[in-house]
Amino acid sequence: MPQRIPVVEKILSANDRLASENQSRFDAAKVFAINVMASPGAGKTSLIEQTIKGLEGRLRIGMINGDIATSFDADRAQAAGAIAIQINTGGDCHLDAVMVKSALSKLDLGALDLVIIENVGNLVCPADFKLGTHKSVLVASIPEGDDKPYKYPGMYRGVNAVVINKIDLLPYVPFRMDFFKKGIEVLNPGVTQFELSCQTGEGLAGWLAWLEGQVQEFIRSQRK
Amino acid sequence: MHELAVTESLLEIAVRHAQTQNASRITDLYLVLGQWSSIVDDSIQFYWDIISDGTIAKGATLHFRRVPVLLTCQDCGKEYQPASEEFACPCCGGTHVKVKTGEEFHLEAIDVEE
Repeated sequence: MPQRIPVVEKILSANDRLASENQSRFDAAKVFAINVMASPGAGKTSLIEQTIKGLEGRLRIGMINGDIATSFDADRAQAAGAIAIQINTGGDCHLDAVMVKSALSKLDLGALDLVIIENVGNLVCPADFKLGTHKSVLVASIPEGDDKPYKYPGMYRGVNAVVINKIDLLPYVPFRMDFFKKGIEVLNPGVTQFELSCQTGEGLAGWLAWLEGQVQEFIRSQRK
Repeated sequence: MHELAVTESLLEIAVRHAQTQNASRITDLYLVLGQWSSIVDDSIQFYWDIISDGTIAKGATLHFRRVPVLLTCQDCGKEYQPASEEFACPCCGGTHVKVKTGEEFHLEAIDVEE
């Protein structure tokens, strides 16, 4: 006779465990880490480039880039002044905690204040795989359309900030900001939001101030 | 397509729990997937048939229980299933809601033989 065994275990619990080990490693080194997620083309790399340049001389920044095959994005971050580590996922649609763990062994965390992890461009899978970062950021963009929170609710749940990029295109693209934000409000009440353009620089100052504030607050909390 | 990673994890969890009961074979797995968890049943089944081969779970049947999204309005208390492009409360229009169900993503139980 077959016997029923209750399990009730989250399917990605192994990844979750490894993610919390990664976070302990960041904590021990007093390095703040963020996971930047978005669809392909939303402007993750542009935002990271602007962030590295904008915080130059204020924070020491490392970058881990997940890409299916190329290193273009890591090269851009390196050119902007960060120490960049490339992870080629070999076709995988997301980064996971194992990949981040191996990337961490190549980064000198003692020489950094902030690690920015650029996830693979994808609005589905990355949400399920924790990496061990302290905060996660979703980059949305005007040309993607205003229905994305409704189509990809999992992505909008659980992120700590939403950056709405390419606002310079608002005059040319139909985009109902109210409709977009109403979707976000239900999925993630009170989430921090930034409207900006990496192209014109409009709105970037608010994002940079928030991020720097998050890093400072983290460093203060680690001293206690 | 992260179903391969998901399926590998599923196999690891099932085999670990079966071994604690000294079971020699896993015959059935019961998965609970919320509507908002981004998992495709067919893909898990496809990978399962490949990766369970040669394990004590070979040939085990996967049962998927899909849980619909249910939101609770924090303003008026109404429970409702959101429409595709309208998440706000259909009663009072409130957007202050809690997700009651629909994000599940776990293995609930397995059937084993000694």
